[in-house]
Amino acid sequence: MTTAQIFPTYEPTMKALCERDERVVVLTAENRAAIRGLPPILGQRFIDTGITEQTMIGVAAGLALRGRRPVAHALATFITLRAFEFIRDDLGIPKLPAVLVGGVPGFLSDANGPTHQAIDDVSLMRGIPNMQVVCPADEAELAQALVQLVECDCPTYVRHIAMTPGFPHKHPFELGKAEVLMEGDEIGILTYGFLSRHCYAAAEKLVAAGKSVRLVHVPTLKPLDEAAVLKTLETCRTTFTIEDHFLTGGLFSIVAELMAKRGRMARVVPFALEERWFLPTLLPQVLEHEGFTADKLVERITAALPS
Amino acid sequence: MTIAVAPGITTDKSRAATEDAHADVRALALRVREHIIRMATAGGCFIGASLSCADIVTYMYSKVLRVTPATLGDPNRDYFFLSKGHDVPAVYATLAELGYFPVERLKNHLSPNDSMYWHPNRKIPGVEFHSGSLGHLLSVSIGVALDIKMRGGTNKVYVVVGDGECDEGSMWEGFLVAHAYGLDNLVVVVDRNEFQANIRTEELIPLEPLDQKLQAFGWQVKTVDGHDFDALASAFRTLPLRTGKPTAIIARTVRGKGLPSIEKRADRWFVNFKAEEIEQLLKELHGEALATLTSETLMVR
Repeated sequence: MTTAQIFPTYEPTMKALCERDERVVVLTAENRAAIRGLPPILGQRFIDTGITEQTMIGVAAGLALRGRRPVAHALATFITLRAFEFIRDDLGIPKLPAVLVGGVPGFLSDANGPTHQAIDDVSLMRGIPNMQVVCPADEAELAQALVQLVECDCPTYVRHIAMTPGFPHKHPFELGKAEVLMEGDEIGILTYGFLSRHCYAAAEKLVAAGKSVRLVHVPTLKPLDEAAVLKTLETCRTTFTIEDHFLTGGLFSIVAELMAKRGRMARVVPFALEERWFLPTLLPQVLEHEGFTADKLVERITAALPS
Repeated sequence: MTIAVAPGITTDKSRAATEDAHADVRALALRVREHIIRMATAGGCFIGASLSCADIVTYMYSKVLRVTPATLGDPNRDYFFLSKGHDVPAVYATLAELGYFPVERLKNHLSPNDSMYWHPNRKIPGVEFHSGSLGHLLSVSIGVALDIKMRGGTNKVYVVVGDGECDEGSMWEGFLVAHAYGLDNLVVVVDRNEFQANIRTEELIPLEPLDQKLQAFGWQVKTVDGHDFDALASAFRTLPLRTGKPTAIIARTVRGKGLPSIEKRADRWFVNFKAEEIEQLLKELHGEALATLTSETLMVR
């Protein structure tokens, strides 16, 4: 089988994948935003189960049992929360190949309110044995990831993103590999997904102000690129974990677990949502209010540095 | 003391007069029940529901399913899923008796050196998928049935569900979705033993009229006596009941069927009998004296 062509956007890449690989089947629990054009092209290989996230996951398991590679779509909260037990039991236990794509994760749910805030998705999904967790920074990286993930013999949860790249990538997506965007030794920044662009802009400002910054985008949270994280912790005086996720269970927890496992000490400052949901409003105001715009990040990072 | 002779499981003199068309499966079901009873000690098992579905499972494996130990990897085989996973002793016993693995292996029930525990898993030859948490395998079955349709296959997917299991919302999602996709290669068999873990279904969350509920969801429904092999034969003879529609067979059964001393009892759902009780229960199964049960009743759910 030849490798499917990768486009800078999701839907054409999915279409190309389906055309090259008859195993790929697209599912949705009536969430078609990312795949609107596929039904007429895919015919029976496009399965919309209606607003039934649990059934969609069970169906994905059944299709995978028959040798298919299902790619299932729903809003990130509903797929990870409503269908959690189905993911754990029907995909996690048997280690069946399936890609679960969560729409409007993290801050991207902007004004929907807390029911739609997938800010525990990384925590929940990485806790399932055999499950991979991928959070691309932009749609191009998402498309690159998709092509690799349908080849995996295990389930993967992916945070969907439909934005064009917000920074120049050093290399294309490689499963399990972090991307070191800037090298430095004073401030370490570990981030993923949508916030990588804002961290990039903040890092540029910090560098312009004379700071030395090591910026690492971690698109694969599981399996983790432990070496890239450990190097950041060892190199930088202060490392910041920056994420649109609860403080519990996300990247800060991942880093803390790694440090404990390896017996390492480092100065780590988390920027995350501690025991609360974020203010529901339009995305720019969410970032402003929660302190995740480039300027706010610069301010908060500067304030948190040791004097 | 008179013993209620259960039609379909013990020697029935009236049947002996004419030729018993189901003698083979009747004998198989009896052996399966013996195995189930033997699994009800040294840790125990969910005996009540295992006995209620024993005739359904044995009948399906011997007369309905187009699958053998040799064709387990064949994509054109029929699929059997046990969604009410706690009935698995009936499946272990049936698979062993039909040569999917040695009967001897049943002695490994609950052993740390095997995978024969209280719910099914794929390490047991013949088990298509694990279960345990209720309300899962209808949707998994739909996935398999959809793929068979996509590939133009003619094989069928059968899933045995519990009546108590129908409390789960995911069941009704599945009923909706299977109908929406016209899955006439999907057959749900409801083991309608009228009990859930601790209580009669109708006393807790009434399901009746279950047939009408399923019909309203677009399913073709047939209700039969789940212990009568003639009735099971007629139910399974021509499927689907209607082209383009999924089929539900409501098999009316008795919890604990075959052991009058525990039949229809909420407190004998999961049991862990003493060795001497097992011997007595085996005699009871064969229509001899009723067992005297002194083991404590267990409330495990």
